[in-house]
Amino acid sequence: MLTDYLWAFLVGGGICAVGQLFIDYTKLTPARILVSYVVVGVILGGLGLYQPLLDFAGAGASIPLTGFGALLAKGVREAVAEQGLFGAFSGGLTASAAGIAMAIFAALVVALLAKSKDKS
Amino acid sequence: MTAKDYQAAAQKAIPPSKSYKNIPMAFLVGGLLCVLGQAVINLALSFGLEKDMASACGSISLILLSAVLTGLNVYDNIAKHAGAGTLVPITGFANSMVSPAMEFKSEGYILGLGAKMFSIAGPVLVYGISASVIYGLILVIMG
Amino acid sequence: MAKRLGRYTLQLERPVSIIGYAAAGSRKEAQGPLGKYFDCINEDSTFGETSWEKAESALQKCAVNKAIKKAGITPGDIDIMLAGDLLNQCIGSTYGARQLGIPYLGLYGACSTMAESLLLAALLTETGLANRCLAATSSHFCSAERQFRFPLEYGGQRTPTSQWTVTGAGACVTALQSGAPYVQAVTIGTIEDYGICDINNMGAAMAPAAFATLCHYFHDTETLPSDYDLILTGDLGMIGTQLLHQLMDEAKLSITANHKDCGLLIYDRLKQDVHAGGSGCGCAASVLCSYILPQLQDGRLQNVLFIATGAMMSPTSVQQGESIPGMAHLLHLSHYFEKEDASC
Repeated sequence: MLTDYLWAFLVGGGICAVGQLFIDYTKLTPARILVSYVVVGVILGGLGLYQPLLDFAGAGASIPLTGFGALLAKGVREAVAEQGLFGAFSGGLTASAAGIAMAIFAALVVALLAKSKDKS
Repeated sequence: MTAKDYQAAAQKAIPPSKSYKNIPMAFLVGGLLCVLGQAVINLALSFGLEKDMASACGSISLILLSAVLTGLNVYDNIAKHAGAGTLVPITGFANSMVSPAMEFKSEGYILGLGAKMFSIAGPVLVYGISASVIYGLILVIMG
Repeated sequence: MAKRLGRYTLQLERPVSIIGYAAAGSRKEAQGPLGKYFDCINEDSTFGETSWEKAESALQKCAVNKAIKKAGITPGDIDIMLAGDLLNQCIGSTYGARQLGIPYLGLYGACSTMAESLLLAALLTETGLANRCLAATSSHFCSAERQFRFPLEYGGQRTPTSQWTVTGAGACVTALQSGAPYVQAVTIGTIEDYGICDINNMGAAMAPAAFATLCHYFHDTETLPSDYDLILTGDLGMIGTQLLHQLMDEAKLSITANHKDCGLLIYDRLKQDVHAGGSGCGCAASVLCSYILPQLQDGRLQNVLFIATGAMMSPTSVQQGESIPGMAHLLHLSHYFEKEDASC
């Protein structure tokens, strides 16, 4: 049980630390880093390289955006196996639907309730 | 000084990022967010949820947390120190949707809040989903 | 009437005095080292308005009303108002000025707008086309941030080269009469582009413009940096300042002894988390109107070169990968007017 947390911390932290290297040492904007992480996740997931990391580190691999990419790939793979060509289009969003819907709905509700504030 | 010399001088004048501070902070905050996600997953598993669903619970809990912290005007203050530690986890994705939605509410609910919500997260969905479709097509062709 | 010196500089021959001036700011500016010199401070950066754009208009209105009041006149006494800000279509200024009923010219010079508006005001006044002119400029951190960068609640990390947009405004009323401070000469800047593309390093993009304008001015007037008490640039920040010093040293016109930058004066860089310093057209405007003009008025400063620098890009040009053109306008401000006896 404790090792679950340890590996989640180390792997998740490590993936974030790599992101910080991109921020500090390249001209990549945050939006580009996010896009790259998701696409890399899809590629790694597609190549079957991400699943072992997920099994090993749990949330440490699923919470970073690479995990979102891997989830898209996994959804597509499973849907293609069941539904063929149709699955190539339905699989990704089906697998990630909960997260995306949650983010959209939470953004709407919070934006209705809250207001931007000046920084200091 | 030619433009080229000047660009070199300008590059030299840039103070280095405080990586000695930034990287450990990104590691720490990012790692802790993942631990939090893991706690939710373990909790969901203990309630008998299956693995995929438990993992999704972990993600949507963190999305919710990020949305609330953004709404309370706190997330950006943490991110200032945490950098990639709050950008790369799914919380960063959620923040990138909540913050423009809040900010551009003043331009209306449809073209302000509704449209600008995707100004940063949109590309992530566009390229993530497109990459997964390409992967699916490759699977079908090779199938 | 003003005469041309060399290719770039216009020398005023009749005394144009800045008869009223005021600076407005908000909390962060109040906490800075110059906070106590501001005429109006509103700790609430929304200025009680519902949008950041309206807040900026309110901010500029504060400075304008105060400057008019300090000049001892009413809006009806002003013949032309010249104003600008950073927002698309300059709405900060237009909405701020819509109740004043003064003939109005909107200007865009990015962060150089204070110098642009003041130099035009001085010229219009000197030539007698206007008895009194008003020059006003503002910027607001929040309205600039949402237009040029990210939403306020977005969790981003600023780079060490980034600068903090000043929530501030400055306004000056000019008239043809005696009374310090005076505008002696102005130099209209040329667009200089050394190929800097980094939107987070605007000081580096603007330093060549300040360099070019200073060289033009010194050449046209046959003066040297040491002839002035203070050479004040607008918002070069730490990196731009360093680069300007390098450029000036190379041209054998070193300004390190008497140069200051508004972006480095307005905030305490170490305590206020502003990275490379302040920026925005409210930076030069509010520092000039709060801290510099009073010293010129009472003689603590005799001769000041005020060079407001602007980075003339737009979010569109940046996204299209264009480099950032810089621009800098100069005003020679003084405690005495050299030809005071000859005119009026």
